[in-house]
Amino acid sequence: MKVPDDLKYTATHEWVRVEGDVATVGITDHAQAELTDIVYLELPAPGRRVTAKSPVAAIESVKAASDIYAPVSGEIVEVNSALPTDPGAVNATPYQSWMFKIRMSDPGELEALQDSAAYRQATGH
Amino acid sequence: MAEGERTLKTPLHAAHVALGARMAPFAGWEMPIQYTGILEEHRAVRQATGVFDISHMGEFFFSGAGAAAWLNGLLTNDISRLSPGEGHYTLLLNERGGVIDDLIAYRIGADEYFLVVNASKIDEDAAWMRGHLQAGVSFEDRSEGIAAVALQGPRAIAVFSEVFGAGATAPERFHIASFDFGDARAIIARTGYTGEDGVEIFVPSAAGAALWDRLLAAGAKPAGLGARDTLRLESCYPLNGHELGPERTPLEAGLRFAVALEKIGGFLGAEVLRSQAAAGLKERLVAFSVEGAGAPPRAGYSLFSGQDRVGEVTSGTFSPSLARGIGMAYVAAASASPGTRLEMEVRGRRVPVVIARKPLYKGGLYEGS
Repeated sequence: MKVPDDLKYTATHEWVRVEGDVATVGITDHAQAELTDIVYLELPAPGRRVTAKSPVAAIESVKAASDIYAPVSGEIVEVNSALPTDPGAVNATPYQSWMFKIRMSDPGELEALQDSAAYRQATGH
Repeated sequence: MAEGERTLKTPLHAAHVALGARMAPFAGWEMPIQYTGILEEHRAVRQATGVFDISHMGEFFFSGAGAAAWLNGLLTNDISRLSPGEGHYTLLLNERGGVIDDLIAYRIGADEYFLVVNASKIDEDAAWMRGHLQAGVSFEDRSEGIAAVALQGPRAIAVFSEVFGAGATAPERFHIASFDFGDARAIIARTGYTGEDGVEIFVPSAAGAALWDRLLAAGAKPAGLGARDTLRLESCYPLNGHELGPERTPLEAGLRFAVALEKIGGFLGAEVLRSQAAAGLKERLVAFSVEGAGAPPRAGYSLFSGQDRVGEVTSGTFSPSLARGIGMAYVAAASASPGTRLEMEVRGRRVPVVIARKPLYKGGLYEGS
């Protein structure tokens, strides 16, 4: 199971790449493996204000629907609009399959996220 | 099942674990949900052959000179029409005409009957039938001593012949026969829950693992409960606890073909069904598909016609064969005709759906339907 060192992680299995004040978000390799065959993805509208730990997107496998949470608070500035037409890409390449970007309103929230070592330990990889 | 209660293991449990299956509790049993992936296993059944562990299901045996008449008083279909070696789909009802269980009943001898019931209902069915038992009928629940698999798909009969020998001719659809499997006796029924041709094979528990290994060696791909659910939903087969339950009658569920309302002697619940048929059904079980690339249906979602809530989804999934969301739902009779357009509420939004004719997937057994 891949857990890249240059990313941060949430307890709800999102990964976060930080560039300046923008956080790019996807779901981890562990999450895609747990979900199994991903068949549907619903992304937030750009411009939406989101709060850390609130559900902002939905992802569905053949069997069930799950929420994807905002790792940090801020405004959705961009979504990966190609992804919902090819949701299986999340299974194949979870760390390239980013879902949305948040312009952070409180970068201090990043302190609450896990680094790769902590996430690896939390998921037993 | 109560929390903390232990889950049961089928005779094939170790084989599933060795294959790396993802195991989860189902109806009190620890069952394989998937091995390599639901989509892949689903396609294997539609295109070649898959094999499912169905050892969790219940096997009841009845015998005696009074068995046929007694069973006919409890089951909806007309068991007197069965010749030895023949079976049919039928239902066990409560006094209110509601469904206790749906099952397949086979006549396996002059006065011998074999019933295959749902895993989640073994205890309830057995208690109900024992409670109604009459002199001259003997009842044996052999569920614990039997391993069972469903071999399904366009190549299933070829795989069966390879394992049981070229001389073993599979019975006709909905017929049953027995064959030797090593030192054991195997019961073979030409039935299934996938919409594909195939057989269900019942052997003593001790022979289960050997049978499983032989079927895999002959080319059957292991398939889990995840694919079993997507396959049965594409074929619009009801699942007890979702489409069926004590407050639903077989008429509402669209199972009139398995209800012999006019049979001699009647059956428990028949009066209620007759009144319901005369009064007209208020709700019907329908199949529907999502239009476009909308979210897959899930049990509990509401269906709307304009502002009116007209139905509720009982089962839903993403259909691997049709590449869209599909489901079944109880809807008001006025909104139940094929072609009716409704809206499904998903996470506060409305998704267009259309009522469709059953089955949704028109290949396999339903080619050209």
